[in-house]
Amino acid sequence: MSDEKKDAAAAAKAGDTAAADAGAQRTSEAALEAGAQNVPADRSLPLEVVQTRHGMFGVHGSGDTSGFGGLVQTVALPGPSERPYGGWFDEVVDVLTELLDASGTGAPAALESVVVDRGELTLNVAREHLVEVARHLRDDQDLRFELSLGVSGVHYPHDAGRELHAVYHLVSVTHGRRLRLEVAAPEGDPTIPSTVGVYPANDWHERETWDFFGLVFTGRTDLARIEMPDDWPGHPQRKDYPLGGIPVEYKGATIPPADQRRTYS
Amino acid sequence: MSASTHTPRATGHLVDDETVGLRTFEATGGDWSDIAEEAARLGEQRIVVNMGPQHPSTHGVLRLMLEIDGETVTEARAGIGYLHTGIEKNMEHRTWTQGVTFCTRMDYVAPLFQEAAYCLAVEKLLGITDDVPLRASEIRVLMMELNRISSHLVCLATGGNELGATTIMTIGFTAREEILRIFEMVTGLRMNHAYIRPGGVVQDIPPGGLDSVREALVGVRRYLTQLEDLMLGQPILKGRLQDVGVLNLAGCMALGITGPMLRSTGLPYDVRKAAPYCGYETYDFDVPVSEGADCWDRMVLRIEECYQSMRIVEQVVDRLQASAGTPVMVGDRKIAWPAQLAVGSDGMGNSLDHIREIMGTSMEALIHHFKLVTEGFRVPAGQAWQTVEHPRGELGVHLVSDGGTKPYRAHFRDPSFNNLQAVSVLCEGGQVADVVCSVASIDPVLGGVDR
Repeated sequence: MSDEKKDAAAAAKAGDTAAADAGAQRTSEAALEAGAQNVPADRSLPLEVVQTRHGMFGVHGSGDTSGFGGLVQTVALPGPSERPYGGWFDEVVDVLTELLDASGTGAPAALESVVVDRGELTLNVAREHLVEVARHLRDDQDLRFELSLGVSGVHYPHDAGRELHAVYHLVSVTHGRRLRLEVAAPEGDPTIPSTVGVYPANDWHERETWDFFGLVFTGRTDLARIEMPDDWPGHPQRKDYPLGGIPVEYKGATIPPADQRRTYS
Repeated sequence: MSASTHTPRATGHLVDDETVGLRTFEATGGDWSDIAEEAARLGEQRIVVNMGPQHPSTHGVLRLMLEIDGETVTEARAGIGYLHTGIEKNMEHRTWTQGVTFCTRMDYVAPLFQEAAYCLAVEKLLGITDDVPLRASEIRVLMMELNRISSHLVCLATGGNELGATTIMTIGFTAREEILRIFEMVTGLRMNHAYIRPGGVVQDIPPGGLDSVREALVGVRRYLTQLEDLMLGQPILKGRLQDVGVLNLAGCMALGITGPMLRSTGLPYDVRKAAPYCGYETYDFDVPVSEGADCWDRMVLRIEECYQSMRIVEQVVDRLQASAGTPVMVGDRKIAWPAQLAVGSDGMGNSLDHIREIMGTSMEALIHHFKLVTEGFRVPAGQAWQTVEHPRGELGVHLVSDGGTKPYRAHFRDPSFNNLQAVSVLCEGGQVADVVCSVASIDPVLGGVDR
């Protein structure tokens, strides 16, 4: 190994240690913030709080009969990561940044944040630039994410202004890579541009996400329900949509439906 | 959505009443009366055939709307949703362990793949992927590969039956029976197993189980040879399947088609090789491909994949012989406990030894038992994506945790759901009779499509 390489290796090592230290510090903060979680996880990320819960068992307005009324729990998802992201993640983000800057959109406008968690790369994309980002990811020879594995909706009712998320998983068969695009839309304006033009595979997946979450994919004309009947009111997989079901009586006791039972929040 | 302002309509507004001022989209799907009216108005000699949802050759409750001109299909559309049971929504209201019981019911012909994919995703969220015992991964591989054979056999059997070849059906289902017998012995059930759990598997393979697997393999191999003799040289089958339902590589990639359909275009894409899980990188097997991209090639590929799966089963049986007596569940009792409770040594009910211990000797054990069974274990917040190679293609699981004891969101990217999008491109321009072959070559299972 030449001296230059040695120096570089030493520097990288020092950088790693510093990052690990910072990670350890954040872990303790995260543990405090995230409340009691009896399964430890490797948390080296800052957190993005999406919800704060009070009390337990879903009891409200009847006094603190459970003794858990003072309990405050925050729900926090892994927040933005800092460079280096590790492995090929940096290369992909660099190439994408270059392409976005070259096209005049600008990477800061399109890429809201980059999250690396559990060995997976997530790009949070501004919804107005989703189609362009998808097109770059598919077409550039250094990216070549040619296979889309569909859309998954997630509803975070307490994440104000970003209630509805659409999550896309892409595969690069050429390079053997996988990444995730995440796009958020507010409940008041639940529109996301359709990616069917780039990935025709997303056709039914977008219809499914519309059906279950009420996310309107714009730029396509045939957005119809796919699983529920055409005249079904509401979007069943939103968190505020009840699960349905009736109380069941068994040996004198009444068991409420699954979504109305006491929960350990 | 406010219930008070909503007036029921035959084909209601699809956008909620609260989203006023937005550009709204209304699509009312294919109402039969509308189609008939339009046809009458245009006055053309156009016939729309509604195939399904209760047609025996549509693999369950698939509805095909075919516009035909003579014997030629000019437009084909698939209608799904007749088997939607809200499994994903239900999973949000049950513990992480109970989720297995739900997802196993999605694609009921290949239930162990949903279980494995879901459990791998939960383990990724928990950060215990490396802690899962080796023997548990080996048992998972064994069960998945046996399930792949049984699923492909159903595909070949029903595909043959739909063309009128009853013997193909009887041989296929008899061969599958050999494998279902193994499943019953190992998991207690022929389907809906809930056998693979987060952290490992419910219980070890019973004594004599590996010998039974070896015996079953001999039987399956014999039946497969019979099937090959019956099918591969059959001029009628060749005439019906060759150059029918062609979809090339570009079409497959655009439509996100994976599995045997994609491999019939010459691309050896298999998740077991591309992103190995459960130690697949340590097994010796090939990914069969062909160039024809038609129904015939897909059928031949499925037979070849059965042989490759048998190769893996033979290897894994030897490994299981060597790893006998080692644990099949992760060491963390918080995760292992609720899973271990569900099935006793007889394959049913609770473990009597455990009940005796918690009821008779240890108050703490009783408390822990109660908490773990009613509340379940907590999973750190975040999201995970796990894919496995399902007999029908790439099965993806997207799990989101809010740090609680239940999944915040569980989404399954079912390969049948995605691959059914190809119905139009496979059928249009062909004959009505070829629709049956094309749909059979997609091999959709509607339980997985609709979830």
